[in-house]
Amino acid sequence: MSVVAPLLQADALSVEFPVRRGILRREVARLRAVQRVSVEVRAGEVLGIVGESGCGKTTLGRAMVGLIEPDAGTLRVEGRDIATLSTGERRRMTRDVQMVFQDPFASLNPRKRIRRILELPFEVHGLAGGAEREARIRELVALVGLSAEHLDSWPHELSGGQRQRVGIARALALQPKVVVLDEPLSALDMSIQSQVLNLLVDLRERLNLSYVFISHDLSIVEYLCDSVAVMYLGRVVESAPAAQLFASPRHPYTQALLDAVPDPDPRRERRGRPLEGDVPGLLHAPDGCAFHTRCPLAQPRCRESAPELRVVDATGLQRAACHLL
Amino acid sequence: MSATAPSASLLEIDGLVTSFRTPRGQVRAVDGVSLRVERGQTVCIAGESGCGKSVTALSVMGLLPDVARVDAGAIRFNGVDVLALPPRQRRGLRGRSLAMVFQEPMTALNPVQAIGRQVAEVFAIHGTAGRAEARAKVLALLRQVKIADPERRYDEYPHQMSGGMKQRVMIAMALANRPELLIADEPTTALDVTIQAQVLHLLRELQRELGTGIVFVTHDLAVVAAIADRVVVMYAGRVVEQGGVLDVLERPAHPYTVGLLAARPRPGQTRHGGDRLAVIPGTVPSPLERIAGCRYQARCPRVQERCRVDVPALARVANGAEDGHAAACHFPEGGVA
Repeated sequence: MSVVAPLLQADALSVEFPVRRGILRREVARLRAVQRVSVEVRAGEVLGIVGESGCGKTTLGRAMVGLIEPDAGTLRVEGRDIATLSTGERRRMTRDVQMVFQDPFASLNPRKRIRRILELPFEVHGLAGGAEREARIRELVALVGLSAEHLDSWPHELSGGQRQRVGIARALALQPKVVVLDEPLSALDMSIQSQVLNLLVDLRERLNLSYVFISHDLSIVEYLCDSVAVMYLGRVVESAPAAQLFASPRHPYTQALLDAVPDPDPRRERRGRPLEGDVPGLLHAPDGCAFHTRCPLAQPRCRESAPELRVVDATGLQRAACHLL
Repeated sequence: MSATAPSASLLEIDGLVTSFRTPRGQVRAVDGVSLRVERGQTVCIAGESGCGKSVTALSVMGLLPDVARVDAGAIRFNGVDVLALPPRQRRGLRGRSLAMVFQEPMTALNPVQAIGRQVAEVFAIHGTAGRAEARAKVLALLRQVKIADPERRYDEYPHQMSGGMKQRVMIAMALANRPELLIADEPTTALDVTIQAQVLHLLRELQRELGTGIVFVTHDLAVVAAIADRVVVMYAGRVVEQGGVLDVLERPAHPYTVGLLAARPRPGQTRHGGDRLAVIPGTVPSPLERIAGCRYQARCPRVQERCRVDVPALARVANGAEDGHAAACHFPEGGVA
């Protein structure tokens, strides 16, 4: 570890879910949603986590804010293992690491006015009472580009973009250091996405925030993130500084993923044969390298042993898990 | 179709108005839309939620919900106005000459019937294959849409398949009777990006083989770039711009199209160095709102007095290189032709 510990660090984090069947709900299998994932985000940095549905990116995000207890591995906040913290210290940690959810329609309580939704974080943590609380809430709505009138609105009276701004305000209420954003734009219309994206960029600069940005939208990840981790079936298959990853992806899956993104230039030749097959279900994850069933370069040993993530470039910043590199 | 006028377009929509009955009165979801599709051509209808793109597609198919109705306009398929056809003849078109693929393959398939039987039903309804022949035809179709191991899949149920595979089954059903026109409503929106690439590739391939005309409804302009020959951009129930794909994406004339294209990061663009994305301020107006003049006025950076009074008609623009590049704007980018 370098002199300054990362703000938030997952070290060989694993999350499993029991699969239960029958009337006795007997456990018949373990679904390994996240397997030995190590990622970190440093002060002021934006870490992107990308991958297709079922790759474990949302579960990893939830584990990183403490919403899911990991089955193995360590989560560190500013270098401190959260498993060793006292209850009070753990509460303090939840203030530092906050989350914005994907669906602004489902993540706001429909029976509470916006003021009440924004009061709750202060109430739960016993912070800023009375007039100070009201002042802080007014500050928050202004910060995310809403007006004080919105405080008396119900969630259903707001548009999708406005609701997502409320979700962001709620996450910022306790002045966190890191915000985990789980697909915060994907439920929004195109013309609204850039409004919210610009807000996130501005807030990061004004408040010196760090983000973990979970997304399947690679164009937005390229625009926003400093570093990127690519996940496939619960594992990180490649990680690198964003510019490097987009310029020279090394893992065959990353290459296929970038290649599958439709090019906004209509003159670009319409691509030939795309990657074949589907992502196998997590319960039927193949042995060896999980990607070997779809990999155009797969060799016999890819079916036998799972490749470890290791450095694949001269700078030591790009890592990939592939036998062929 | 028996009476095919030789010069008629495959599909011609003319002044279509479709409205919904709501507690607060009749609301126009589609308000005077005109467009045409030629044989073998892919026309994308692009726009955001509520712009009327799906309602336009459902109006063509005759699959509008009970609360909706077509108030005005004509929909001509091979020169014949389908709105004037008796219901029985119109039903005869659906699934035969005119087919549709929906956004959610998960809800569009019957969960309690095996895949093979569902596809075979399309032949049974139109009497286009006998029972024995149907199985062979279904297997050939499944193979054509790149479903591996079709004999095994024939007897499987939708829940045993992935989203991408279900969408391929939907495409197989749609293409079963070799339709002249396929309407695809956001067929890749629910799919992952590598699966989206497969489905787009498949549609292009099948179109080349079968010469099908395609109406492709999408909100994603990068998908438009990947698949369209022509583009129709809709906003708040109206067509704001249309033309060849190169014209609309490279020389957009309507400020809304210009704004949408600028709001997405370009490949290689990053936030570093203070580079911000362009923003379209505000939100889409509610369809209940009565607006004089242009519906985009409240969000438009080029708005003038005239825009608040006169509704702009779709008119040819000066900078179009391909045929029929038109925008509904008093002050389009590049000027009026």
